[in-house]
Amino acid sequence: MLRKTIQSLLLSFVLLCSVSVSAKDAAPLADDPVIEQRLIVISEEMRCLVCQNESLAGSRSDLANDLRREIRILITEGKTDEQIRNFMVERYGDFVLYRPPVKPITWLLWIGPFVILLAGIISLMVYLRRRNQAVPSTTLSEADNRRIDALLQDAKSSSTEK
Amino acid sequence: MKAKFLIPLILFVILVGFLAVGLNRDPQEIPSPLIGKQAPAFEVPQLVDPQKTFSPESMKGKPWILNVWASWCVACRDEHPVLVELAKLQVAPIIGLDYKDKRDDAIAMLARQGNPYLLSAFDANGRVGIDYGVYGVPETYVIDKSGVIRFKHIGPITMELLRNKIIPLLDQLK
Repeated sequence: MLRKTIQSLLLSFVLLCSVSVSAKDAAPLADDPVIEQRLIVISEEMRCLVCQNESLAGSRSDLANDLRREIRILITEGKTDEQIRNFMVERYGDFVLYRPPVKPITWLLWIGPFVILLAGIISLMVYLRRRNQAVPSTTLSEADNRRIDALLQDAKSSSTEK
Repeated sequence: MKAKFLIPLILFVILVGFLAVGLNRDPQEIPSPLIGKQAPAFEVPQLVDPQKTFSPESMKGKPWILNVWASWCVACRDEHPVLVELAKLQVAPIIGLDYKDKRDDAIAMLARQGNPYLLSAFDANGRVGIDYGVYGVPETYVIDKSGVIRFKHIGPITMELLRNKIIPLLDQLK
């Protein structure tokens, strides 16, 4: 009898606990891990406008909080990443994107380094070719060869003497 | 090619030129993509009378100024006297957008420093601010007759800016 009471007491205690635990776990919509994951992926690619050296994902500024909230809402509304990016760009300009889009005004930004690299390679090649031409290859005469032999001989004998 | 030795010097001068321009720019001033576009629509309660709402639609037909402010924003307090001066000139109606503020604090600030606004809209959660690309209060917009944003200034406006930019622009828009 006593055992049964204890058992039932324990059971109800466990049940109560689990109820309270699940009540705690019933988190707001925002904590849906799938949404949070997408939010992080999107917002890591965006600049926080208040603290410009931080991403939107990492910033704790008030505006960043609000913008993350907006992005969460857009995700729950079923918007695509593209649409969410457009939402941000329409309001804050391309500046929010860490990767500037390729369009006429950013062509120089995207292609510029490669143009400079190419110019460097070409000027290096031209320079090397010119230098090769500037140093004419000379053929040694008989007299030159004899002089070289003599000098080498001299060097050898002086090193063995020591 | 006698002047060959000048090439590095010229390149250096060009580099310094780029750096001089770049370093003198304010990184906080981001060109708004909203200029030349329709001012985003919204409808929120007014600050003083929450029963009434405000919508930019109601301002069509005349140029007007939208000033985003808040009582918690120190720069707004500095800017406030300039707005009071501007209101006295009566060049255009000034509408306030009270951004993420407490109603009582905002009303107290207007009572203390004067109220240059025809009315203030109350943006409790900052949602309207997001649509206008607000990222640093105060911000000021000049909107024309047909509801197109013509000018935006980030940070407190000064008497100089009023004289040189905002008032001439408003005259031109009339």
